[in-house]
Formats: sequence, structure tokens, C-alpha cells
Amino acid sequence: MSGVINFIKKEVLLEWRQRYAINGILLYLVSTIFICYLSFNVKANQLNPVTWNALFWIILLFTAINAVAKSFIQEKEGKFLYYYWLIKPQTLIVARILYNALLMLILAVLGFVMYSLVLGNPIHDPLLFVINLLMAAISFSSALTMISAIASKANNNQTLMAILGFPVILPMLLMIIKISKNALDGIERSASYDEMLTLLAINLIVGAVSYLLFPYLWRS
Amino acid sequence: MRKPWWKILTVLLLLYVVVGGLLMEVPRLVILNETIRALYFHVPMWFGMILMLVVSVVYSIRYLLRSDTVNDDFAIEFANVGVIFGVLGILTGMLWAQFTWGDWWSGDPKQNGAAIGLLIYFAYFILRGSLDNDEQRARISAVYNIFAFFALIPLLFILPRLTDSLHPGNGGNPGFNAYDLDSRLRMVFYPAVIGWTLLGVWIATLRIRIRKLEQTIE
Repeated sequence: MSGVINFIKKEVLLEWRQRYAINGILLYLVSTIFICYLSFNVKANQLNPVTWNALFWIILLFTAINAVAKSFIQEKEGKFLYYYWLIKPQTLIVARILYNALLMLILAVLGFVMYSLVLGNPIHDPLLFVINLLMAAISFSSALTMISAIASKANNNQTLMAILGFPVILPMLLMIIKISKNALDGIERSASYDEMLTLLAINLIVGAVSYLLFPYLWRS
Repeated sequence: MRKPWWKILTVLLLLYVVVGGLLMEVPRLVILNETIRALYFHVPMWFGMILMLVVSVVYSIRYLLRSDTVNDDFAIEFANVGVIFGVLGILTGMLWAQFTWGDWWSGDPKQNGAAIGLLIYFAYFILRGSLDNDEQRARISAVYNIFAFFALIPLLFILPRLTDSLHPGNGGNPGFNAYDLDSRLRMVFYPAVIGWTLLGVWIATLRIRIRKLEQTIE
């Protein structure tokens, strides 16, 4: 456990020292939002809620794939070997999932602020929406971290990251979009409990499978 | 499995299913009419697909426990047959939907779920294609196969139950059990499931033997 915390601290420190990586992802997010805003060519709050919702989550999905891909794909070979001697694979995958969840949460919140600034904010239940953002960050990270580890072993790994990731993340994304739509419409909270529970269950399954499988991937 | 009796059984069962399934009496129901015969061809595809994919995952797990190339051959070939069954399942389902729901693709949760499920396995094939080293390909694709399979379960079994679906057996629509009283359907349905599944196993074993031959030649 302390190993996990130490590793996360190390990752945050590294990220802070070479800020270009996180700045790059942030700029990617902001540019995408701005492109969407200009392409739709509408004034704030004129987008229909369904479009607003779908567009927001698609932008976040692509940002997530780019942000999480970084965690294994852009790592140097030597560093892998170094980790291999230093820590257990289980520690590494848990730490990476938590770290990516944190990163995704920051990106999601910043993205949401920027998005609602230019495209309006039709949300009727902000608390549910924020809880949903948190759950989405964890979901994206739990599914994509393992995928990025798999893709890092192959040749054309950026494309592979996307095609391996999309179908796996889709069930989660559908749940997230549905909860988010409920928050937008301000429907009673109890209407979203089923989806939240399912999302949590899928997360547990994916997390557990990642935890069990990662050591096998690690050996190569 | 080397004895030929089960292959003869497969041929006989499928002959019976094709002839009996198209010619024998079926219950007369509104809207469904003759399309109820899809039960003999569409539903067994999904049974077959799930079974093949389960076998594939079991062999992937066995590969991770003991690195034996034979396990990898089993995993990939059963996944191949499973996906063929899945594609046929989608096509027969679309044909059926055209006559009952009035559209080839109406975005029903079952249809979407099946399509996403196939995407997962297409990605699995691409992943295999992009790894050069044999040993590495076997292990990494085994990892993805297991990972993808567990991501697929919620898709196929949980999601359609959360949303409204027009598919028989969902959202208050009568499923197979509603026709329980009618044993005429069962007389062909059970042989159909067994027959199509055996055919899948047959194809897979043939392809595994081809792989073994290729490996010995090399």
C-alpha cells in the first residue's frame, strides 16, 4: 500500500517537473472544445441537451485515450526494466490506475469548465453531474490503463490503443452518458441508481481482471 | 474426439434442422408468422458464439498458466469460429428484424450490444496481426482475450436488461418460454442448438489441425 502511494507521489513529481506532457493534453482538450464550438457556430446555450451531452463525452473520451496512452506507450524501455527490479507488478498497475484517475479527474473538471463557458451549461442537477464526472474519470482510467499496457507491446501502438480501447470502454461510456443525461434533465436521483451500480460493477470487474492479468503482461 | 460418430451426428442433425425447420408445422402468431423459424437458425448462432468464446477464453487462461503453443491455437481458432457465428447471428437477426420490426437496423440494445461485441473481437485479431514474435503474440493476445471477454459480459447480459429492448425475452416481450406449451418448436430447436454448435467445434478442430501441420512443416 505504501508502495502504491510512493509510486503515485513519484509520478506526480515527475509530471510536475516536465509539465509539457500535461500541458500538451490540456491544450489538446481546449483546442478540441474550441473547434467544436466554432464548428457548431452557435451562441451559448443553444445546443440541444442530447447533442451537448454526447459531444462533451466524446471529447472527454478522446482526451482520455490520449492522456492514458502516455502511461505505458511513451515510456522508455530502460525505465520499464528499472521498475521491473524495483516494484511488484500489482503495485505498478494499481498505482497507474489511481494516478490516471486523478489525471482524468483534473482534465474532466477543466474540460467541463471550458466547455460550459463556450457552449453553455444546461445542467439541472450539478451534484449528480460532478459525481458522474468522478466516476467517469475512474472508469476511463481503469479500462484504458490496462489497454495502454497491452498496446505498448505492439508496433503501431497509437492506433491499436484506440481500436482496443473503444469497444471495452463503450459499455461504461453508455452508462456514463445516461447518468449525465439524467443530471442534465434534473430527473430524480433514484432514477440513476441502477446505472451507477452497473458502472461500479463493471469497474470492479475490469479493475480485478487488470490486477490479475498485468503480471503476465509484465514478464515480457 | 477422433472418432467420426459425432461428425455423422452433426450432419444428420443439421439435415433434420434444415428440412424440419423449414417444412414442419409452427405455431401461427401475429406479426411473427413464418419468421418464427428464425428460432432454429438465429438463436443457435448466439448459443454457439457464447460457447466458442468461452472455450477460447479458457484456452487463453490455460496458455497463461502453461505456455504451450497448442493452447494458443485453440484460443484463436475458437475465437475465429465464435466471430463467424456472431456475424451470422447479426445477419440472421437483421433479416428477422426487417420483417418483424420493419427495419434492418433499428438501434435496439441487443443489436448494438452484438455489434460492439464483434468490434472487441475484430480488435483482438488486429492485435494478433500487429505482433511479430510468436511467443509474445500468444501471451499478449491471451491477456487481451481474457480482458475483453470480461468486458463483454456486462454488454451482453446486463445492459439489454437495463434499457428497453424489443427483442423477444426482453422488456416484457414474450421469449421462448412463452411458447413452452408448444413442443413442436422444441422438437427442432434443441437439435438445432446441438447441431450448429457441433458444426462450430468441427470447423475449429479442422483449422487447429491445419495450424499444427503448418507448424510441423516449418
